[in-house]
Amino acid sequence: MILVRRRAGGLPTGPARVARARTHELTGGDRVLQWVSGVAATIPLAGLLFITIILVVWAIPAIIYSGFGVFTSDKFFIGNFYSLNFTSVNGVVAPFGANYGALTFIIGTLTSSLIALVLAVPISVGGVLMLSEWIPRRLEGPLSTFLELLAGIPSVVFGFWGLTVFGPFLGAHVFPALSHLGVILPFFKGSWAYNGQGLLTASLVLTLMIIPIIASTTRQLVKRVPVLASEGALALGMTRYEVVRVVTIPYVRTGIIASALLGWGRALGETIAVLLIIGMANNPPVNIYGTTSTLASTIADDLDSALSDGTGMALRAMAMLGLILLIMSLVTNLTGRLVVRRISTESLPVGRGV
Amino acid sequence: MSKTPRLRHVRGVAFWILCGLALLLIITPAVAIILSVLVKAAPQLKLSLFTNTTADLQNPGLQNAILGTLVLLLGVAVVAGSIGVLGGIYLAEFAPRRLGGPLRFFSEVLAGVPSIVIGLVAYTAFVEALHWGFSILSAIIALSLLTLPYIVKTTEVSFSQVPRSLREAAIALGLSRITTIRKVLLPPALPGIISGMVIALAIATGETAPLLYTASFSNTNPSAGLFHNPIGYLTYVTYYYVQLPGAQNQALASAAAGVTILLVLLLIFAGRAITARQRRLMARLDV
Repeated sequence: MILVRRRAGGLPTGPARVARARTHELTGGDRVLQWVSGVAATIPLAGLLFITIILVVWAIPAIIYSGFGVFTSDKFFIGNFYSLNFTSVNGVVAPFGANYGALTFIIGTLTSSLIALVLAVPISVGGVLMLSEWIPRRLEGPLSTFLELLAGIPSVVFGFWGLTVFGPFLGAHVFPALSHLGVILPFFKGSWAYNGQGLLTASLVLTLMIIPIIASTTRQLVKRVPVLASEGALALGMTRYEVVRVVTIPYVRTGIIASALLGWGRALGETIAVLLIIGMANNPPVNIYGTTSTLASTIADDLDSALSDGTGMALRAMAMLGLILLIMSLVTNLTGRLVVRRISTESLPVGRGV
Repeated sequence: MSKTPRLRHVRGVAFWILCGLALLLIITPAVAIILSVLVKAAPQLKLSLFTNTTADLQNPGLQNAILGTLVLLLGVAVVAGSIGVLGGIYLAEFAPRRLGGPLRFFSEVLAGVPSIVIGLVAYTAFVEALHWGFSILSAIIALSLLTLPYIVKTTEVSFSQVPRSLREAAIALGLSRITTIRKVLLPPALPGIISGMVIALAIATGETAPLLYTASFSNTNPSAGLFHNPIGYLTYVTYYYVQLPGAQNQALASAAAGVTILLVLLLIFAGRAITARQRRLMARLDV
């Protein structure tokens, strides 16, 4: 009826078109729902703005106090709360001796998340290719449940397992062997904590936590590889590996990059698991097994003591760490989601890839 | 491919062996984590776990933590559920393309904000600036911000998956939008919406970081009052007690980890089951 009259050029092709063609004939109730739901739909964006503004406003004094020292100093000390003296820099007063250098945490965050990313991408892609190319259809469903299981395990359970089972196992059996590899690969040299707490254990657990994000996207994409292209490649006499290399991988590459960026963002912000496993040392890691801490885990660990700072500066320093972390995760997330917009797939998983 | 057939074959075999290894590296840890946590938790599963609180010195249990988690989940279901479903309806049914795109995009970006950042902001804004103190409401808001994008997304997808034929029928009948949504689109979309909410609750159950400085923790059972009222929850028990020495503390941490993982997996599988049912339903509806 109205559709046909308004769009003489041809019939509308989807729900969105139908919906738009009818916007002028909303009833009163429709308008109320449109407004109420419209307000609800802006709340995520409002929340994002709220988070950013609160952090910026709270962090300003700490930024003034620290200047570029945030990025150049690896000495993070919230100051002596019991001293009668105070340290004042650029007119901002903080507890005696306070110094908010975040370099340790930035290094810890970047190294732990990058090691995790480097391991998680090939494992996810290889596992998904195996699943889709060789595993029989009947087994594919049950086996892919393991991905969902991995995605569903809470952060604190990963931490619990890493602290009580995985870390001690690595410390007793795997790290000794790895350190012998140091002869060939120098970065495996060094000593480790007997309970396995440290950078490498945390990175390995982070790897497990971000595999579901990368694997679930790759799996969706691999399913959509045009059958004609891969069958054509097979018909040309290519082996299955060559088909994957020439047809499948180029087709899913962009999606893998995008989901890897999302996984990286997840690894940057992971808190409780890392806190329990990485050792929470206030220094950059001495070697690949070394204890250190990350931005996220420091906020969770130190906020407690920051609360008793009479000048309130420690809390603002926490906000500054939070702001650095927010910027890092926004950059990875925005880039990942913008990359994926260029390819014709549904968007990336939201949340932890459950 | 100018190489000899033999070399090509060897390369292929090597590649697929590595892929098989990768698949093993995904499956083994998933099984290992769940099994080892459940094995550690199993001996602790006694009745006192559900009748005593963590305050009990002789025989501590998880009653306060379990009840607290349920209270928080209820709050998230109400707050994030209502806002998320409405937001999803707007994006699916009303939003003009130029507005819907950015709203959807930033909602997904919000999902990428680290949970500790949300916790820190909720602490500064609600607990400190608004003087709510450690409170149930600030915890619910923090968890809701975290799960909202997920509910918005699943609601929108559920609505847009309703077959076009149903929409066209509603248009042909001259139904108003609100009636179309309530009577025509909602019934087939509902299972998808519910499964999205259930999985959002699973995510909320497993979170610790946003709650540390909003809910804080309480050794007693939850009480009425949204403000100045700390509340217990399961993940905190694991987080806190695993860091303390002593067999009893470790046992309590294991028990809490076991109960948490069971609750989360239960919610995820419930959500999956609903989705599977809906898919069959949709297949039948599509004319």
